[in-house]
Amino acid sequence: MSYLEYTVKYTPAGPRKLLYLNWPVALLLAAVAAIGFLMLYSVAGGSFSPWAEPQMKRFGAGFVLMIIVAMVPIWFWRNVAAVAYGLSLVLLVAVELIGEVGMGAQRWIDLGFMRLQPSEVTKITLVMLLAAYYDWLPMKKVSHPLWVALPVFFVLLPTGLVLAQPDLGTALLLLAAGGGIMFLAGVHWAYFAAVITAGAGLIVAVFQSRGTSWQLLKDYQYRRIDTFLDPGQDPLDAGYHITQSKIALGSGGWSGKGFMQGTQSRLNFLPEKHTDFIFTTLAEEFGFVGAVSLLVLYTLIIVFCVISALNNRDRFSSLLTLGVALTFFLFFAVNMSMVMGLAPVVGVPLPLVSYGGSAMMVLMAAFGLMQSAHVHKPR
Amino acid sequence: MRRNPKDNQHSVRRMTRRALMLGGAQAAFIGVLGLRMRHLQVEQADQFRLLAEENRINIRLIPPARGQIFDRNGRVIAENVPSYRITMVPEDTGDPDLVLRRLAALIDLAPEDVDRVRTTIDEVRGDTPVTIVDRVSWEDLSKVAVNGPALPGITPEVGLSRHYPRGLDYAHVVGRVGPVSSFDLEQIENPDPLLRIPRFQIGKVGVEAKAEEILRGRAGIKRVEVNAAGRVMRELDRREGEAGVNLQLTVDSALQEYTQARLATESAAAVVMDCETGDLLAVASAPSYDPNLFVRGISSTDYSALIENKYRPLVPKTVQGLYPPGSTFKMVTALAALEAGIVTPEDTVYCPGHLEVSDRRFHCWKRAGHGSMDLRDSLSQSCDVYYYDLALKVGIEKISDMARRLGLGVAFDVPMSSVKAGVAPTRDYKRERFGQEWVIGDTVNASIGQGFVLASPMQLAVMSARLATGRAVTPRLIKSIDGVEQPSGHGDDLGLDPGNLRQVRRAMYAVSNHRRGTAYGSRILAEGYQMAGKTGTSQVRNITAEERRRGVTRNEDLPWDRRDHALFVNFAPYDAPKIAVAVVVEHGGGGSSVAAPVARDITLQALYGDTPPLEAYPASDRSRAKALQDRLQREREAREREAQSRA
Repeated sequence: MSYLEYTVKYTPAGPRKLLYLNWPVALLLAAVAAIGFLMLYSVAGGSFSPWAEPQMKRFGAGFVLMIIVAMVPIWFWRNVAAVAYGLSLVLLVAVELIGEVGMGAQRWIDLGFMRLQPSEVTKITLVMLLAAYYDWLPMKKVSHPLWVALPVFFVLLPTGLVLAQPDLGTALLLLAAGGGIMFLAGVHWAYFAAVITAGAGLIVAVFQSRGTSWQLLKDYQYRRIDTFLDPGQDPLDAGYHITQSKIALGSGGWSGKGFMQGTQSRLNFLPEKHTDFIFTTLAEEFGFVGAVSLLVLYTLIIVFCVISALNNRDRFSSLLTLGVALTFFLFFAVNMSMVMGLAPVVGVPLPLVSYGGSAMMVLMAAFGLMQSAHVHKPR
Repeated sequence: MRRNPKDNQHSVRRMTRRALMLGGAQAAFIGVLGLRMRHLQVEQADQFRLLAEENRINIRLIPPARGQIFDRNGRVIAENVPSYRITMVPEDTGDPDLVLRRLAALIDLAPEDVDRVRTTIDEVRGDTPVTIVDRVSWEDLSKVAVNGPALPGITPEVGLSRHYPRGLDYAHVVGRVGPVSSFDLEQIENPDPLLRIPRFQIGKVGVEAKAEEILRGRAGIKRVEVNAAGRVMRELDRREGEAGVNLQLTVDSALQEYTQARLATESAAAVVMDCETGDLLAVASAPSYDPNLFVRGISSTDYSALIENKYRPLVPKTVQGLYPPGSTFKMVTALAALEAGIVTPEDTVYCPGHLEVSDRRFHCWKRAGHGSMDLRDSLSQSCDVYYYDLALKVGIEKISDMARRLGLGVAFDVPMSSVKAGVAPTRDYKRERFGQEWVIGDTVNASIGQGFVLASPMQLAVMSARLATGRAVTPRLIKSIDGVEQPSGHGDDLGLDPGNLRQVRRAMYAVSNHRRGTAYGSRILAEGYQMAGKTGTSQVRNITAEERRRGVTRNEDLPWDRRDHALFVNFAPYDAPKIAVAVVVEHGGGGSSVAAPVARDITLQALYGDTPPLEAYPASDRSRAKALQDRLQREREAREREAQSRA
C-alpha cells in the first residue's frame, strides 16, 4: 500500500524526526563499527594508521549520510527507486568501459574524494527497485509469469554486468537478495522450488560432466572447487588462505590470545587480514567469546530491522527494510562462512568491520533508507 | 488507485508469514555459524593452537665459532672472518625463477649459480635453505636486505668463514676446511645436526681435519618467531653453544715462512724439530698451494692445475712422502753394529770401490774406491762398502730394530693427514708383503738405505734428534689446547751406549766440518753453531745398460722423475744439540750439493731465530743467502703495508 492511501495521523517533522530514528539499530551499527576500529588498530600492529583512522572518518561520514537519508521522506525514495536503479546500471556499464581494476576483481570509478564501486551501489538500488515494483504491483498479479519475469530481468541485468567484471561474490549476493525480496513479496512457491531444483540439477550435472566430453566448467574452475572441498590438498596456493584462516580461528580458543597478541595475523600468515579476513583476527584475539559477540550484534541488527518492517503497514517500507536486512545478513553470513571454511573464498567483506570505503558508505546509505522507512511509517 | 482492503490485508499477512520464514532460515544459518565457531574454537582449539605455534616458531641452530689456530708465538694461522652470503628457502619463495631474476638484477649472479640453485631446489626439501651466492660484498648484502619485501624467501646471512692469513706456509700442516659434502655425511655415523647447515665448514685435511672434534665447538639453539615469509621477527630464547677450542701449534711462523721460501719451487720437504721437546718448529712441503682457494670453493681449472702438477703440491711430503733414505740411513747401520759389539769405531774396512756378495757386485758410489776406512771417514765420505761389510756382519734384524728405535718405520701420532709409517724392513716384512724370501743382497741394499727401506722426512728428523740426544724424542705439533700445555715429546733414554752415540755424532760432525766431508761446502762457520749431519743421495732406479750405451751416465741427463732424491739430516749445535733438521729434495740430485745447503740455511735460521749474520755462511754461499734474506724482508714489509692500509 502506498502512503497516499493512508490517513496519516501524525508525521514527525523537522529536527523532531531525530527522536523517531530507530536508535537501537543506529547504536548497534556504531558498536559493530567500533569493533572494526579495534581490529584494524590491532592488525596494523597497534597503530591508527593506515587503516583504523580512515575507517573511523568514513564511519562518521557514513553515519551522517544515514541520518540525512533518514530525514528525507520515504515516498521520495520510492519515487526515485527506478531512476536510482537506472543510474546504477549506467554506472555499471561505465565502469566496464572506463573503470579501473584494483585489488581483486572489483572495478571502481575514481570520483576524486572517493572510489565508487558501482557494484556496491547496485546492491541497494536493486532492493529499492524491487520494493517499489512490488509496492506498485497488485497482489493478485504477483505470481503471474509475466510479472515474475520482469523482476527476474531486473535482477539478472545487473548480476550479469557484475559477473562480467568479474565479481562472483557480488553477483551471488545480488541474486540472493533479489530472490529474497521476490520471496518476501509473495511470489508463488513453485517458482522457487523450480529454481532450486534446477540449481541442484545443474550442480549435479557440473560434477557428473567432469572428465567427460561435455564437461561444463574449465579445469581450473574444478580445481578451485576441489580446493574449497579439501583445502589441505593445496596448502600453498588457494587452500593456504582457508587453512591459515582456520588455524587462526581455532587457535583463538575460548577466550582468545588477547588484544594484539594474534600471531597468525601479526606474522602475516593471514591473507587480506584487514579486509575480507578481518574476522579471523577478531576470533584469534578474542576467541569464541569475541566471535559470538559480534555474531550476536549482527543478529540483533537483523532482529530490530525485521521488527521495524513487520510494524510498518507501508508495503514499500516493509520490503525495503527487509531487503536491507537481508543484504546485510548475506554480507556477514557469506564472509563468516568463507573464513570458517564453509564456503569458497569469494571476495565479500565483513560489513562495517572490514576496511573499505564504498561498502561502508553504501551500507550506511541503505540503513538510512531503513531509518527513513522507520521515521516516516504510517502512524 | 485505491486498493482493495482485503487484498491489502492478504498481502500484509503473506509478507509477515514469509518474513518470519526467511527470518527463521537466517536464524538457522546464524546457528550454523555459531556451531562452526564452537567446533573450531572450542572443540578443535588445542589442535589449531599447535598448528599456530608450528607456524610461527622455528628452531634454528647457532653455528659455533670454530677454534682458532696460532703458532708457538701466538701468531694467527687460522682465523674466522665474517662472510656474507645469500640464501633462499624454496618453500617461501613462491616463484623461484622470478625471484632469481629479480636478484640477478640487483647483484652479479653468474649463470652457473642460477643453474646450480635451480637443480638444488629440486633435490632438497622445501624448507632447507639453499645458498645462492657465497662471499658477497657488504654492499651487495645491503642491497638484498633493503629489497627484502620484493624477494620472498631470500635471506641475506652473515656468517663466519675460515681464513688462513699465512695460507701457503701452512697449507700442508693446518690443512683446510671446506663445506660439508654429502660424502662426508655418509662417512659419519650419527652426524652432528650442525653439519646439515648449508655450507657449514669442517676440516678436510691436516690439523683442521684431525682436530675437527675440538675445533668445531658445540651448536647453540635459538627459537625464533618467523612470519609467513619465513623472515625472523624476533628471537624467543636462545641457548648459547660453545665456541671451538683454540689450538696453539709448536710451529714457529717465521721459521716456517723461511723454510717454505727456501724450498721455493722445488718438489721438496723439510722438517725442523726441537731436540729437547720434540716440538716441530717447521714442517714445510713444497710446492704449496693456497688453502683459501678451497674454502671459497676452488674453480675446476685451478683444481686440475694442482692435481696435474708433477710436483704434487697437494701432498704434504713431510709425512706422506716416503723416500729411500740413502746414505742418511748409514748411522742406523753403524749404530746397530756398534751396539752389537761387532765392530769398534777404529776398525777399518778396505774399500776397493765395490764388494762381491754371492756372485753379485755391489758398487760404492766412488768407483775408484775409498781405500781403508774407519767409522768416522766412512760416514764423512759416505763410503758404501764399509756399510755393506757392517751389514753382512750384523744382519738385517738388528739393523731394522735399530731403525725402529731411532724412529723409522713407525707412524708418529702427529695430527696431519695420512701420516705414513715407512718401512724398516725385516725378513717377515718381505715375506708378507712380496711373498719372497729375504736374500743377502737385500741386507746389503738396506745397509745404505736403499732397497726396501723407506722413510718420511719427519721420521728422518726424528732419527736425527734421537741420535743427537739419545732419547726417544717424539714429534709434537700441538703445543697447547685451550691454553693447556700438551705433553712434551722429550722422551726416555733409548738405552744406547753413550760412547757409541758419541762416535756416531763425531762422524756426523766430520760430514759437515771435515775438509773431506761430503757436506763440508755447506758447513756453518759461526763458532758454537756448527752442525753435524749426513748427506744422502738415494736412487730412484738404476741407470740401465741401455741408457749407459746411449751415453747417459750422469744423473742430470735423466728425466726429472727418475733422477736421484737429495737428502740431508743434521742436528745443531754439535756441542749442545737444540734442533734436528731433515731435508728431502725429490729428484734433486746429490745430497751434498742440493739438500745440504738448504738444511744448513734452515738450521742457521732456526738457531739465530732471526736473520743470521752472513759470516755464518761459507763465503761462496753468502750472496745467495743475502738475496733470499732481502727478498723475504721485502715481502714482509709489503705484507705489513697491506695490513696497515686495510686497517
